[in-house]
Amino acid sequence: MRYVVRRLGFFALTLWVALTLNFFIPRFMPGNPLDALRARTHDRLSPAALEQMLTSYGFKPHQNIFVQYLEYLRNMFTGHWGISIGATLGEPVSTIVWQALPWTLGLVGVTTVLAFLLGSLIGVVAAWRRGGRLDSVLPPVFVVTSALPYFWVGLMLILVFSVWTHGWLPSDFNYDPDLLPEFSLGFIENVLKHAVLPAATILIASIGAWILTMRNNMITTLAEDYVRMGRAKGLSNSRIMTDYAARNAMLPNLSGFAMSLGFVITGSILVEYVFNYPGLGYQLYNAVQNTDYPLMQALFMLFTVAVLVALLVCDFAIAWLDPRVRATGSR
Amino acid sequence: MSSEPEFEIRDLDVAYTASDGPLLEVRDLRVEYATAGGLVRAVDGVDMKVHKGEFVAVVGESGCGKSTLLFAIARLLSPSAVITGGSVAFRGQNLVTMTDKELNALRWRDYSVVMQSAMNALNPVTTIGAQFKDSIEAHAKWSVAQTAQRCVEVMKLVGIDPIHLNSYPHQLSGGMRQRAMIAMALLFTPDLVIMDEPTSGLDVVAQRLLMVQIKELQQKLGFAVIFVTHDMSLVSHFSDQLLVMYAGQVVEIGPTRAVFDSPSHPYSRGLLDAFPSIRGPRVELTGIAGSPPDLSNPPDGCRFHPRCAFAMAACFTEPPPLYRVGPALSRCHLNAHEPAELPGVPREHPGIAETMRT
Amino acid sequence: MTGLLVDTSGRAATRRRGSGLTAAIRRSRKAQVGLVILLVFCIVAVVPGLFTSVRHPNALQFTPRLGPSGEHWLGTTSLGQDIWAQLVYGTRQSLVIAVVAGLFATVLSVLVGVTAAYLGGLPDDVLSMITSVFLVIPTFPLIIIFATYAGKSTLIVVLIVLVVTGWSYGANQMRAQMLSLRNREFLESARVRGERRTYIIFAEALPTMTSLIVAIFLGAALYSLLTAAGLQFIGLGDPDSSSWGTMLYWSESQSALQTGMPLWSIAPGLCVALLGVSFALINYAFDEISNPALRPVRRRHVKRARVRNT
Repeated sequence: MRYVVRRLGFFALTLWVALTLNFFIPRFMPGNPLDALRARTHDRLSPAALEQMLTSYGFKPHQNIFVQYLEYLRNMFTGHWGISIGATLGEPVSTIVWQALPWTLGLVGVTTVLAFLLGSLIGVVAAWRRGGRLDSVLPPVFVVTSALPYFWVGLMLILVFSVWTHGWLPSDFNYDPDLLPEFSLGFIENVLKHAVLPAATILIASIGAWILTMRNNMITTLAEDYVRMGRAKGLSNSRIMTDYAARNAMLPNLSGFAMSLGFVITGSILVEYVFNYPGLGYQLYNAVQNTDYPLMQALFMLFTVAVLVALLVCDFAIAWLDPRVRATGSR
Repeated sequence: MSSEPEFEIRDLDVAYTASDGPLLEVRDLRVEYATAGGLVRAVDGVDMKVHKGEFVAVVGESGCGKSTLLFAIARLLSPSAVITGGSVAFRGQNLVTMTDKELNALRWRDYSVVMQSAMNALNPVTTIGAQFKDSIEAHAKWSVAQTAQRCVEVMKLVGIDPIHLNSYPHQLSGGMRQRAMIAMALLFTPDLVIMDEPTSGLDVVAQRLLMVQIKELQQKLGFAVIFVTHDMSLVSHFSDQLLVMYAGQVVEIGPTRAVFDSPSHPYSRGLLDAFPSIRGPRVELTGIAGSPPDLSNPPDGCRFHPRCAFAMAACFTEPPPLYRVGPALSRCHLNAHEPAELPGVPREHPGIAETMRT
Repeated sequence: MTGLLVDTSGRAATRRRGSGLTAAIRRSRKAQVGLVILLVFCIVAVVPGLFTSVRHPNALQFTPRLGPSGEHWLGTTSLGQDIWAQLVYGTRQSLVIAVVAGLFATVLSVLVGVTAAYLGGLPDDVLSMITSVFLVIPTFPLIIIFATYAGKSTLIVVLIVLVVTGWSYGANQMRAQMLSLRNREFLESARVRGERRTYIIFAEALPTMTSLIVAIFLGAALYSLLTAAGLQFIGLGDPDSSSWGTMLYWSESQSALQTGMPLWSIAPGLCVALLGVSFALINYAFDEISNPALRPVRRRHVKRARVRNT
């Protein structure tokens, strides 16, 4: 129980820091973003909309900064994220965000988890069959793939499977622009087709690291005495591999996964950019291009929340697997 | 109480009836492994015999090969070490040539292993009870009730409250963990239990208690024990046979009383002198000068000669065979004309046996 | 980018101060390959003039859209620049960013990690909390936002941002290592001798952790390289600079892939990949060196003697 409380406390603290950073950075940067805001929307928005926008942005120069800060926090938590001032001028930020979210969750979320699980599995098997041909080929190959830039892998995949094949696999968007979203088989098929290359990019670029760390963890674990004890007891190989070795080797891997989530986000933003895939990362890029501050703020908060949630899930998984953590509340 | 599990407390006379043959016979066992420096022969031609219900102690410094010997006998070597010669006959069957499947049939039922440092030897993420059940399920088809009953039985045997079957290893004290390991080793009351320094990491009092308990269990259940340790005085009171190893070879072997009270090999003598008695006259503390040899390139002749105070000319060139000295064997040229008394001060202070009896 | 995750948990601190390290490196093929690649890039960065006759790679001086030829080894861009020349001159900035940011991030990691572990108690809790927070906050969005607000980002801004976001991973590792070392005998004896804390940390403890520090540096360098490339790629770098990331930005904005100039995209990306791979290879080789369990297991060819049944 103590463990849970500690982690939730950490969650809250980090979120607060992220939001505070988000609030203060624009205020300490050179130049006055507010002027840019007004200039951009000059003659395009009604005074009322401008007012709402400023409110959501938290920028009330005539107000006490502490009060601004509190209001900003409140707005962030209640979903009042203001109005976009970028290319999608006038549209509520929350609408944009909720539209983009499922695509990112679907593409990035699913693929990342898949890469992690698949990579761990391969790592376990590779470590088990040490000295074999598979194991001598695997590490160098995956050391290489783990260092490849996400976006470059994406570009190469586009080159090979889209440009050279004259469009066999689509390289843009999440579904054909002339289709209407619906729950038909044809539409779903189209969506999947558009997801192949981006998903493959994420998979190829990220799986290497999982394989390698799992393999290394496994090898270290296999040298432990309790694994030898398992052999001494005459247990079956599969039993030893799963209950004794993998279960222990998984633990540092899970915490490694948690710590790498930041990079996962980075990669996903780039992949969405390369493929024009309208997820959160793509929206962030657009927001940046168009200096759409309200959208940027909301997205940043969301990314932080996403990482923290994933982190919490990992932490609870570790606590579930490792009784020592449950006892002491920490590792 | 439900039906009895299918084993029974072994009656010494009834078990293993292959006439007078030893339970375990090791002949000329050799184990090598590859290191960066070359091929290392960790075990170089070891012979030993273990009879029913016998307590055999294997003693030596770190690096002498005693643990490797143990793991070789149990076929638990890590992949980098290979048995390159000799045989290990368990009840007449050679373990070295057996396949994994054949070995697994024997493991735990007929011989089991207790390792050093139970904290490392017990799976940290599963309960004690689960680890007991593992072994049971791997070798027998008992009902859930029978399994539970047996688990409780062995825990009581070693004096741990069976409630700890639901505990995780880190929740038990060091001594309890070791005893839990011993309990686990006794699940099928095997004929032979191999122990690798099971008392290391415990304080002296706990060590003594554990030894007493092991001996009691042994006498009650009738299993043989091979006990590896670096502390000769620890086992002298409990073992029937004592085997001293140095640099991968057996340098002295014989009944404990013979080897302990009048060691014939200078190394054994040195080991004994390194452990002064608590009572008895104050003796100057002596160690053995030098350090163990590099096993990838052992010294010519007798491997101990660089550190031996009594080295003769022959020791530098001729590797000594095992000479008979009364009931024991000693790998020392001094014993070439038997029986030889080691020159120097004869052992005066009472054996550790005396001190421990009080 | 997740190449950073090479496992360093098995990297026990060795008492030997890196003595066998050079010999071990020579034996590992992975390390050799990595080092060679790194060396090549270093040479190119230092003396780019040796590798190309073009002096101003960004100047629009050639016929655009040429394919590879004897004169332009990789062809020209759609704006009339020699791709090979750009590649050569771009090496410097990419390498500098990676090494400098990596270095500063490492220093910060070591300072924070070691201090936290050594001081213990409340300072440790506070520092650990800060580290964790920085570790978790998604850095790329933060960088993007930061870079946007800062206006046109110069090299300095990029470097600062990389260091600030990249130090936390290493700090955790240093702290963990330091904690396990804290009670070792050789440190205890230094304490008993009455040595000052700073001496103990820098002269006794740190030298045994060189392997880990090198790993952290390589990881930070890789992170900086890839993140900087990513930033430049999406246009947040200095578009007039010459670096691989900027090349990628221009090639993408000019739709190089779709308009038949794939080399413009392939080449700089490949260079980033190669440099990153060299870091990763060296890092991986280090892992093997410091954790013997991970070394490649060669099939044993020891003859099994014919054993006789008794």
